[in-house]
Amino acid sequence: MFKSSRHGPVARFAAGEVAILDVLLGELLALLEEDESATPHDTDPLAEITGLDDTVQPPERPTDPALARLLPDAYADDPERAAEFRRYTEPELRSGKQRAVRAVMDSLPRAGGRVVLTPELADAWLGALNDLRLTLGTRLDVTEDSYGELERLDPASPRGRELTVFLWLGVLQETLVDTLS
Amino acid sequence: MTETAVAPTEVERPNTDDEATTARAWITIVWNDPVNLMSYVTLVFQRLFGYSREKATRLMLQVHHEGRAVVSSGTREQMERDVSRLHAAGLWATLQQD
Repeated sequence: MFKSSRHGPVARFAAGEVAILDVLLGELLALLEEDESATPHDTDPLAEITGLDDTVQPPERPTDPALARLLPDAYADDPERAAEFRRYTEPELRSGKQRAVRAVMDSLPRAGGRVVLTPELADAWLGALNDLRLTLGTRLDVTEDSYGELERLDPASPRGRELTVFLWLGVLQETLVDTLS
Repeated sequence: MTETAVAPTEVERPNTDDEATTARAWITIVWNDPVNLMSYVTLVFQRLFGYSREKATRLMLQVHHEGRAVVSSGTREQMERDVSRLHAAGLWATLQQD
């Protein structure tokens, strides 16, 4: 949980909690680095010489539901404009999210302990926690009812454990938002 | 939507009669999703658009209860910028002509 302090938002993590965050953030980073359009294709020798490769496809809407949630279409009913928008904005959207995830990973107290957030780091944590929850929430098919589901679930079951982590991330984010509001 | 194939830049489209004075604005819509925290969405609206806490909260509640809310309006370019910033913050946003 985050609390306000004179030096900025502060939280204390056990080593086990850091390990969980580290694994989840690593997975998120790998997901954001995934490039579905970069499927292997026959190399054009002329392209190799000239460096002009017109077989490179513009990015398409990700098929992975979690990645599609992180990188949504900007036009709901206009696939052509959505594709064009994606082509110009997706690389920066991805790299911005990756930067935030890396900044958070770098700030983790590996052996457990306290983390104090500068304003820049607080923004990185806010964004990365949200992206983690979007990813996990999509994978777990979270609905508005899921927040009460845990009471009916065995917390030691696989879904129970995952939902517990999801809700814990929510508490982290909520308390961080509180210190910034 | 169809458009005649004219060069896309620097070409002023002739105004049709009913669009002579008021060009239709573009709007940015934020859609509800079951993951984003209400407090977080409110903070994002305040920070990105400079809205007061009251206005940001009202919009957040509209998203939550009605499934969507128009959060800004302007030119297409401005709305593309808003949508980009909302996507960067992890909100589900789209733009369309009003």
